[in-house]
Amino acid sequence: MKKVILRIEHLKKSFGNKEVIKNFDLDVYEGEFLTLLGSSGCGKTTILRAIAGLDSVSDGHIYIDGKDVTMLDPKYREVNTIFQNYALFPLMTVEENIGFGLKMKKVNKQEIKKRVQEMLELVHLQGYEKRKPKELSGGEQQRVSIARGLINNPKVLLLDEPLSALDQKLRKSMQLELKQLQKKLGITFIYVTHSQDEALTMSDRIVLLKDGVIQQVDTPVKIYEHPNSLYTAQFLGDSNLFQGIVTRVEDNYTWVKVDDATLKIVSHGWCVGDALNILLRPENIKIILKEKKENTLQGTIVDRVYDGASTNLTIRVNKKKINVMYLGNDKLYSRGQSVYITWDIEDTIVLKREAYE
Amino acid sequence: MKKIGENLYLVLIFVFLFLPILVLILFSFNTSSLNIIFEGFTLHWYYDLFQNSTLLESLFNTLIVAGVSTVVSTVIGTISAYGLYKYSFKGKNIVNELLYIPVVIPEIVLGISLLSVYTLLQLELGLFTLILAHICFCIPFVIISVRSVLEGIDSHISEAASDLGASRFQIFTKIIIPMLMPGILSGAQLALTLSLDDVVISYFTAGPGANTLPLQVYSMIKTGITPDVNALITIMLCFVFVLLMVSTVVQLRRLKKEVSL
Repeated sequence: MKKVILRIEHLKKSFGNKEVIKNFDLDVYEGEFLTLLGSSGCGKTTILRAIAGLDSVSDGHIYIDGKDVTMLDPKYREVNTIFQNYALFPLMTVEENIGFGLKMKKVNKQEIKKRVQEMLELVHLQGYEKRKPKELSGGEQQRVSIARGLINNPKVLLLDEPLSALDQKLRKSMQLELKQLQKKLGITFIYVTHSQDEALTMSDRIVLLKDGVIQQVDTPVKIYEHPNSLYTAQFLGDSNLFQGIVTRVEDNYTWVKVDDATLKIVSHGWCVGDALNILLRPENIKIILKEKKENTLQGTIVDRVYDGASTNLTIRVNKKKINVMYLGNDKLYSRGQSVYITWDIEDTIVLKREAYE
Repeated sequence: MKKIGENLYLVLIFVFLFLPILVLILFSFNTSSLNIIFEGFTLHWYYDLFQNSTLLESLFNTLIVAGVSTVVSTVIGTISAYGLYKYSFKGKNIVNELLYIPVVIPEIVLGISLLSVYTLLQLELGLFTLILAHICFCIPFVIISVRSVLEGIDSHISEAASDLGASRFQIFTKIIIPMLMPGILSGAQLALTLSLDDVVISYFTAGPGANTLPLQVYSMIKTGITPDVNALITIMLCFVFVLLMVSTVVQLRRLKKEVSL
């Protein structure tokens, strides 16, 4: 049984009349890398700030390591926050910035110096002690800010879109570095981001938020391959959506009528007449030149985009546009060509269609 | 041809700006006691100056008033600016707008208002009321100057400090104040110059025993200004000039350091 390091119970937060967080519950386990994912305005930063104590909550409780900290000042909470714009103290040197937390705790100078050295080593910034934040690059500043948080040995490190101000290449390498750092130290990370790539690559678990409500909490693989709602499926990765009605059910397979085709899916308690959403990821669709017996649609290639590692095709099937992605630069297909598409039956994502969809 | 035109223009500007001051300095070495024609060189007025106890006393008063009101208004102004920036309360916008009133209303109005308040409170006019008046009109300038720097500070910085265990007081003294220094210093500088050369408000709020240098000079107009005033002002100018040089050198050094990085 994993230990719960942070528990949030019935958290509510309103700004004026607007309820941004509605009854939010979450357990975060010791040593895990948890990501709060959502589009801007979904309340992810609000939750992070509530945990840090930077904003008060309207209702609910926050427990850190079993202790109710809901009403506690940030300085008494054993968490530290990494801000998007680093928020380094501009007039202090790197050394003074990193040592600030310990200085506030009145740790003696020698000890501070020693710990700062360890931190600098950890984030690969040895020799930068006397520099000012202004003299560092964005990536280096963010490392200082991470070291400044970690030196206090927080029970949880909160990261508020820490990489979004960095360029793409640096962001990729910092993602790996952060993940390694987290594994090495075993400190719980709560990471806020709007980028599904970041969430998928780094997290142990992802919490997908929409309008202050949790949509799904799961591991990256599960949340990507088995989304529990259309919103989740479409937020993480691309997908092609088919809407259909169940027409025939057998023990192992179920048939769904979609436009003028019938698709076969794995049975999962569906009944005849059920309205379903069927989703196919672009990378799971295969292009073939000869028609197969089932789950095959005929279409025409209308667009082809090559982006280095992969090629993206747009194929028109009846009136629908289907996105297909495959690795490499296969010159086999060209615009206007008539092809068939198919997929493995296990790769279909099937969701019950809600009345409002 | 164009170059010469440009230079001439520059020379004219400087002549326009500095000619009055040069004339004043020149006449402080004039043997004639009238500031009209230069008759010959003398240091007589400098000697006279140090015998003129009224003038020296008014200088002393001026320095006291300027010093105290600068320090007090800078402290109050800085704290007010931070409070106005950090906390929101009802009527904050009104307070922010009201701040500009002492800046824009005619000095004579402020002077008369202060005098009526003092009379109402039955305060005896003197150095104290004078200092109080100077503090009053300096505070808004300090607030405005400090606030302009505050607005450029990332609000996450004080949050980060609080997150790292600093108390509100520590955040203010260790993080905010050092960052505000440029604004505080320029506010103080503004307060100092405003206080040093104020005539109108001082005229209404200074008692008989609290003559400041500008007031003294102003009252001398009736009897005619003696060149020892010129001598005094020349000394003050030298003093200001040295101060300016030092601050410019310091700034240049800092700039150089930043550029070399």
